[in-house]
Amino acid sequence: MSTVPAAPAPPAATLDVAAVRAAVPVLARTLRGDRPLVYLDSAATSQKPLPVLDAEREFYAAHNAAVHRGAHQLAEEATTAYEGARARVASFVGGRHGELVFTRNATEAINLLAYSLGNASLDSDVDPRLRLGPGDEVCVTEMEHHANLVPWQELCRRTGATLRWLRVTPQGTLDLSDLPEVVGPRTKVLSFVHQSNVVGTVNPVDVLRERAREVGALVFLDACQSVPHRPVDVVDLGVDAVAFSGHKMLGPTGVGALWARRDLLEALPPFITGGSMIETVTMEWSTYAPPPLRFEAGTPVIAQAVGLAAACDYLTGLGMQAVEAHVAGLTALALEGLAELPGVRVLGEAAERGPLVAFEVEGIHPHDLAQVLDAEGVAVRSGHHCAWPLHRVLGVQASTRASFAVYNDASDVEALLRAVHTAQRFFGVG
Amino acid sequence: MPGELAGLYSEIILDHYRSGHGRGLRHPYDAESHQVNPLCGDEITLRVTLAGGDRVADVSYDARGCSISQASASMLYDLVVGADLPLVRSRLAAVRAMLLAGPAGSEPDEDLLDDAVALEGVAQFPARVKCALLPWAAFTDAMTRAGVPVRTDESE
Repeated sequence: MSTVPAAPAPPAATLDVAAVRAAVPVLARTLRGDRPLVYLDSAATSQKPLPVLDAEREFYAAHNAAVHRGAHQLAEEATTAYEGARARVASFVGGRHGELVFTRNATEAINLLAYSLGNASLDSDVDPRLRLGPGDEVCVTEMEHHANLVPWQELCRRTGATLRWLRVTPQGTLDLSDLPEVVGPRTKVLSFVHQSNVVGTVNPVDVLRERAREVGALVFLDACQSVPHRPVDVVDLGVDAVAFSGHKMLGPTGVGALWARRDLLEALPPFITGGSMIETVTMEWSTYAPPPLRFEAGTPVIAQAVGLAAACDYLTGLGMQAVEAHVAGLTALALEGLAELPGVRVLGEAAERGPLVAFEVEGIHPHDLAQVLDAEGVAVRSGHHCAWPLHRVLGVQASTRASFAVYNDASDVEALLRAVHTAQRFFGVG
Repeated sequence: MPGELAGLYSEIILDHYRSGHGRGLRHPYDAESHQVNPLCGDEITLRVTLAGGDRVADVSYDARGCSISQASASMLYDLVVGADLPLVRSRLAAVRAMLLAGPAGSEPDEDLLDDAVALEGVAQFPARVKCALLPWAAFTDAMTRAGVPVRTDESE
């Protein structure tokens, strides 16, 4: 069937960035006059290549139907496309078909874990390791995006458990000196970010996971910023669950994914309930479908899942090692260039960092800086990037962030550096 | 510098940003408001002091934010300190109408708004409207807390 393409072509040795750029239509746009778009906000959301757009359109044009119901041919095709997408997305991160739940976004994937654990906490039949109450602890870090902080605050509020966190050093790395104390016998869940969306730090998953294993805690990973840019293998990571976002990895908005160990998914009660996730329904009670369908109530995000699978195939075709090397090169170039500009301070000094750079420019508020950059055609993010506690730790109110993706090239970095210099001249600080 | 930015960052705005009329938190005061723009983390703490219940004697503030929000706070100080309540209400309404005019723009009354007409260009940049409104939101809230509501329009 046409929505389930053959295995992707073997990856090229190096990345043909010109070919990638040609496949991403929005990059041909000009704006703010005649300035070509320099898109450096992929950590917020990535742009979409034609194969992704085509896959969604092709699904709607030729195969659209509700999945998992209806005996007609279109319904069968749609179900095949959707379940095929599940297998391809799971495989992209080294997982299996039955371990991957489609969600609306990564935020919902993390909420799924938090709410399912909350529901488990009310049910004495559930494995006690999945139940939280007063005296239990949930551990996060000061580096988290709000999406991996607020759901845990709420879970603790509902269950009486206590939220703890690992601190962040002024260098933007996790302070692991507290690890044995903060992650201890009371810890039920350790949830942390794989790669920071502000300081870029790639966290030492092995060290954190091993401590969690010593104390019998579940380990969850927010991998929104790592999955788009580097090879991620859930088996190698060895954690219990990984949340990631479709739209940050060249896929459509409206779809995220939760990969989790099959035995965890089987033990967890549902989060959102309703149609499609049931086994038997009577007026008094219901029983639920096995995972992953147990966690996909209602008509799921079918076309978006098909688009996300196309994004995974596209990235696999490029080769994730080639992608990683490419964006690492751009990040190094940006760090080098920003270091040469007086009055510019980059946040975070981690040795292993992902493809983004958040920085401050002396005398220019990030909102004003982003406005001048925008007038030069350079799209960046300004603000606290949904990581307010981390900004407090670093002693900055807000920052400006340039983030790179597979379709950026060295000229984009040069445009960024030129525009920062222009802003400094405009505000009389450079 | 591209032309469209000149409509946002006029010299008047940059002057108010740099000089910040009325900056600092002062005693005594009748009411205080703290407002945050959750999009960018900009914050303002603003105090109002009334005279005789029908005039604003002082506005003092501590603002952390971009040039637009800082300049707007400085202009607010100029427009409301010493003004009686009817004038304060008409100036607040005129500022809100100007900032919320959208891309169509408006023709703000320079006699009424003085330097603050320079904020007119902000209406062309939807992401910045909240920046300019932040001090006015703090002022409105502080006046309500002081027992003298000044907001006359209720729509957002």
